[in-house]
Amino acid sequence: MAAPAQNRPGAVPDEAREPPPPPRGPLAWLRRNLFATAPSTVATLAAGVALGWLLPRAADWLFLRAVYAPDYEACRALDYRAACWGFVAEKHRLILFGRYPWAEQWRPLLATLLFVAALAASAHPRAWRRWLLPAWAPLLAAFFLLLRGGVAGLSPVDPSAWGGLPLTIVLTAVVVAASIPMGIVLALGRRSRMPLVRGLATLYIELVRGVPLITVLFVASFLFPLLLPQGLRLDALARVAIGMTFFQAAYMAEVVRGGLQALPRGQGEAAEALGLGWWRAQRRVILPQALVLVIPSFVNSLLSTFLDTSLVTVVSLYDLTGSLRLALGDPQWRNFFLEGYLFVAAIYFASSFGMSRYSHWLERHLGRWARA
Amino acid sequence: MLLAAGLGLWRNTAHNLAARQIRSGFAFLGQRAGFDIGEGLVPYTPDATTLRAFAAGLGNTLRVALVGILLATLLGAAVGLGRLSRNALVRGLSTAWVEVLRNVPLVIQLFAWYLVLTQLLPDPASPLALGAHAYLSKGGLQLPMPVWTGGLGLALERPEVTAFGVSGGLSLTPEFLALLLGLATTTSASIAEIVRSGVLAVPRGQTEAALALGLSHRQVIRRVVLPQALRVIVPPLTSQFLNLTKNSSLAVAIGYPDVVSIANTAINQNGQALECILLIMSVYLSVNLVTAAAMNGYNRRVALVER
Repeated sequence: MAAPAQNRPGAVPDEAREPPPPPRGPLAWLRRNLFATAPSTVATLAAGVALGWLLPRAADWLFLRAVYAPDYEACRALDYRAACWGFVAEKHRLILFGRYPWAEQWRPLLATLLFVAALAASAHPRAWRRWLLPAWAPLLAAFFLLLRGGVAGLSPVDPSAWGGLPLTIVLTAVVVAASIPMGIVLALGRRSRMPLVRGLATLYIELVRGVPLITVLFVASFLFPLLLPQGLRLDALARVAIGMTFFQAAYMAEVVRGGLQALPRGQGEAAEALGLGWWRAQRRVILPQALVLVIPSFVNSLLSTFLDTSLVTVVSLYDLTGSLRLALGDPQWRNFFLEGYLFVAAIYFASSFGMSRYSHWLERHLGRWARA
Repeated sequence: MLLAAGLGLWRNTAHNLAARQIRSGFAFLGQRAGFDIGEGLVPYTPDATTLRAFAAGLGNTLRVALVGILLATLLGAAVGLGRLSRNALVRGLSTAWVEVLRNVPLVIQLFAWYLVLTQLLPDPASPLALGAHAYLSKGGLQLPMPVWTGGLGLALERPEVTAFGVSGGLSLTPEFLALLLGLATTTSASIAEIVRSGVLAVPRGQTEAALALGLSHRQVIRRVVLPQALRVIVPPLTSQFLNLTKNSSLAVAIGYPDVVSIANTAINQNGQALECILLIMSVYLSVNLVTAAAMNGYNRRVALVER
């Protein structure tokens, strides 16, 4: 071993020396990220060859040689060697709006655009003002009236004829909006000091979270009609919405409970010491803080409800998934199912991916806005 | 108040059942089922009892769930580690896998897989050969299966191609394959995220300290990183296993005869929805309890032992 460096006259002490800066530039990046070690180089080459084989063929099949016009003969002539987007072009209104009356389909289109615009406008925390929630009430009313009709000269359309993307949106919006208050009540119940309330809330949450959504949909479509008094009828959409709300509320309760647990005990004790009753303490002190903490989780719940609505096709509602199957019922076009599923999957993916990015963004920036 | 509501619902139900002439009680379980089941490990004929039909359904649920959990864990671990790779291409592909699968509903994937398996594959008479003795066709996947020939003898029964299709060996239906693929790939995306965050939860200093102590790379992973990462990974992994089991109920969408499909058939046959739904709910709750108990036992083994 050489003598310690510090003892040599004129030597820079170890702790003062910086590590050499990492080399910059695209070549250095390639070296570091693709060819750092022998196994890494092998992986890069293998993946590169696979992608090099696959990507041109995928692009060819998907876009370059595909038929875009709703021309059945042209699609048949392809013999599946390329995609037939003609199926989507031919059936897009059936896929997007289900069995909604053809001439009236501007109404669900307008309602959907209205909804998406309102959602985008409320996305930024700067828009979270006191008037935001009240402002959503007339908006949802307008959404329903547009779909349902029967006012202002719009012909009435029965909910059994609703379908496609608007149905998916209606279900998601109603279920999330209704399950949040129910989840708050359940979460407060689970943390209650009264053993009976706590026991019932815990039992409900754990039971519901233990069974698949399908069984809840079965309850909604087979059991609800039996539970109701004679003469009272609920349409399939309302039954499924109620069932999904009861299901989602158990998950919401756990989200809210997470927020409640994140608050320091001192908050509740301080409210009590100030002489606030239990209800007022929850309403004025605990919940406002707890709910702000879990807003990103609410967005994730919105996302999972949105994806879950695709299950309602099993109990014969024609949501986006169901109406695609309706479109594939046409014997002439049924062989182009791959194109149809890719189209619908792309809609789900774009919405869902957008929401999850938004939730990540909120998580990072919410602290700043919540303090302001 | 709850009691009054419950009583009211009970009276409504009794009234409605009487009006529709639907019997109640579990007597139907002992009667002849009368419907056929496509596949299963439990021996079953339409002449067997409805209880037996439910048992066959439960067997099918467990079969797809167990194989699915195994596949999803292997895939998920590979993709999760891939997302941490220093190789940008591997990292990108793993990320794409996770994002696509997490943002497309499972139902869509199931329908698409099912149609691909039953429409795009060749007919059973001229199947796709995978390797020497495995065949894939519209009829499903046929694999060589070890058969016990008595004593210590094990023989490999190989499927053979005949004019009418493939026969012999282990045969997997397209319904089973579609459900298995859908469940395993979707759950693997969630498991990948769990594995990734578990490994990231182990501080870098741990690895550096172990290397400084002279442990080899393999030892560092086996003795230092893995035990600490597992502590973070196991609890959420348990809920993913439960999710997969619950999601296997989507079998009803593509006609795989799991316990929910059987219940659906039984409801359409005898109208006793209440009893059938109670039955499937209790099946899932008990499967959940057993899985949770097993995973909690495993969790105790990997958990931190504190004074």
